[in-house]
Amino acid sequence: MAETTTSEIPALEILQKCPSGIKGLDEITSGGLPLGRPTLVCGGTGCGKTLLAMEFLVRGTTEYDEPGVFMSFEEKSEELTKNFASLGFDLNELVAREKLLLDYVHIERSEIEETGEYDLEGLFIRMGHAIDSIGAKRVAIDTIETLFSGFSNEVTLRSELRRLFRFLKGKGVTAVITGEQGERTLTRFGLEEYVADCVIFLSHQVANQIATRRLRIVKYRGSAHGTNEYPFLLDEQGFSVMPISSIGLDHPASVDRVSTGIPRLDTMLEGKGYYRGSSILVTGSAGTGKSSIAAHFVDAACRRGERCLYFAFEESRNQIIRNMRSIGLDLGQWVDQGVLEFRNSRPTLYGLEMHLVVMHRAIEEFRPAIVVIDPISNLLSAASEMEVRSMLSRLIDYLKMEEITAFCTALTVGGAAGERTEEGMSSLMDSWILLQSLEGAGERNRSLYILKSRGMQHSNQVREFCLTDNGAKLRDVYVGSGGVLAGAGRMAQEAREKAEALERSQEIECKQRDLERKKALVEARIAALRIGFQSEEDELERAISRGKLQSEVVAQDNLDMGRARDADAMPPPEGNTSTNGKGGGR
Amino acid sequence: MTEKMETREEDDQSESATMEGCWQLRLYVAGITPKSLTAFANLRRICEEHLEGKYRIEVIDLMVNPQLAKGDQILAIPTLVRRLPEPVKKIIGDLSDTDRVLVGLNIRAVGGFGEGVGEIK
Repeated sequence: MAETTTSEIPALEILQKCPSGIKGLDEITSGGLPLGRPTLVCGGTGCGKTLLAMEFLVRGTTEYDEPGVFMSFEEKSEELTKNFASLGFDLNELVAREKLLLDYVHIERSEIEETGEYDLEGLFIRMGHAIDSIGAKRVAIDTIETLFSGFSNEVTLRSELRRLFRFLKGKGVTAVITGEQGERTLTRFGLEEYVADCVIFLSHQVANQIATRRLRIVKYRGSAHGTNEYPFLLDEQGFSVMPISSIGLDHPASVDRVSTGIPRLDTMLEGKGYYRGSSILVTGSAGTGKSSIAAHFVDAACRRGERCLYFAFEESRNQIIRNMRSIGLDLGQWVDQGVLEFRNSRPTLYGLEMHLVVMHRAIEEFRPAIVVIDPISNLLSAASEMEVRSMLSRLIDYLKMEEITAFCTALTVGGAAGERTEEGMSSLMDSWILLQSLEGAGERNRSLYILKSRGMQHSNQVREFCLTDNGAKLRDVYVGSGGVLAGAGRMAQEAREKAEALERSQEIECKQRDLERKKALVEARIAALRIGFQSEEDELERAISRGKLQSEVVAQDNLDMGRARDADAMPPPEGNTSTNGKGGGR
Repeated sequence: MTEKMETREEDDQSESATMEGCWQLRLYVAGITPKSLTAFANLRRICEEHLEGKYRIEVIDLMVNPQLAKGDQILAIPTLVRRLPEPVKKIIGDLSDTDRVLVGLNIRAVGGFGEGVGEIK
């Protein structure tokens, strides 16, 4: 056939696939339905079997130029045409172009009398004729139960059923055969699923009054396939299996950073904020300021000119704008400038998958840089924990793929829940900011800390989170013997510390003055001593000089005396000898 | 191509008092197979016995004219279609169960019971 997707290894002749053209289905089946083989689509009533079969044909003609035959045992051609017109499929036009052949086969059990042996050769001939007349590559049979309800001979039916599958294979057409779900088996006869090469099971479950459609590939001979139950949608654009379910973990990782909009929170995140394209979770109990942090982030982004998409599940657009004005953020201006868009809906408005697709579509339309989901915990009311988790992981995968920063808030129940998020989705998140209320001293205060932030050295400090008229502010908290202090407690502590500091400074001043005084005293003493010492010194010097004078006089006298006694050996000093004669008299 | 194996139109009074005019019967087969031959033989026998001279059999071979399968909504082979009298009745199988054929054709319900036809127990 013309369209083959898995033809990388032609030598091995692996199973070739026929792309269905249905959103998401080809990803799950890694390429499409088995080419030239029959596929069974089974499920209960109203689960979308006919639509799947028809879309398979219509996509085949419009996208792959493969004509198709739709053999209906339930709805007449005109009914089909009408039904599918609402999905934008113009069957009449396709029929006119001989791209599609609608063949309604009327079966009425009451009109048929069985008398002896028979087979369904007539059907095969008819089908073969239809296929040949337009050169069909695709065939849909809807539904096999109606076909076989006209006949009662089970032995014949079973053998004819096998023959039908063989016949289709022999024709080389890729066929989609729809079948009703049996009571305990996938199909009524419990045989079809063994005969078919690929079995797709559709279900439509209602849980908590919200219906969810799911698709599962039960088997696919010769091919790997996704085995999960994939939610799918039927809407005006036809059948879509979640197109984002198939994304693996190979999204890009940006090193670019985006500001949180709160300067001190940026500081706590290495001074730069979150990573672009990462997922951020803010959890906290009621009234801890989750939306305010979101609003700051949005405001900062809009200020940079980035587009933001805000999914609100709790409040209306106007309510959010009004409320954020109270903390000094004017989100309304960004809405007016078209950089911010709100999508508000109640979680219970439709099922989770619908939400996912609506969000997906809104994101594709608006192409934002930042997506806020406020709060994700509210989605829980629309589905089970498991589903929310799977939905979020798909959504976040998608957002990461598109390098859109995801900002989610989640409400935790009670103060003690702390680090537990109900959806268990925290592991999906790159950054997790926890808001808590601290109770004490007759009041309740908000505190903030960063539980985790992948790929950065985030602060480990608890900060007090204050909502002021000028936006959110972070303050240090006091951690002391009385626990963490915030709010009035913190203020009291601040006052206390101020007083203490004042006291300390006064004490120091006092001591300094004391020292000055002591120093002065000592110096005065030193001066007095010095003065005493000086007078003493003078006296002593005087005494010394007097002594010296006396001894000189004595020496002169002795000399004079010696001269007077005519002492020799003494050199007579000139001029003195004649005048002094007393000394020599002794 | 419509192959008319047998055509008889005789104004013979049959057991079915309510029926006026001719019975138009159409037998759909797919090729000449033992099953189709059996069916044709059975049909002829039944018609001769119960509708003598008031019937017309048309045999359509879908192998030759596959497009004709659509008109009478033929799935099973062989299928006998009673086109006239109205309403249209379909009998599938090789017509070996004469009893059911008669019921299916509304022959027996009307007048066949009292005639002592061999097949009726």
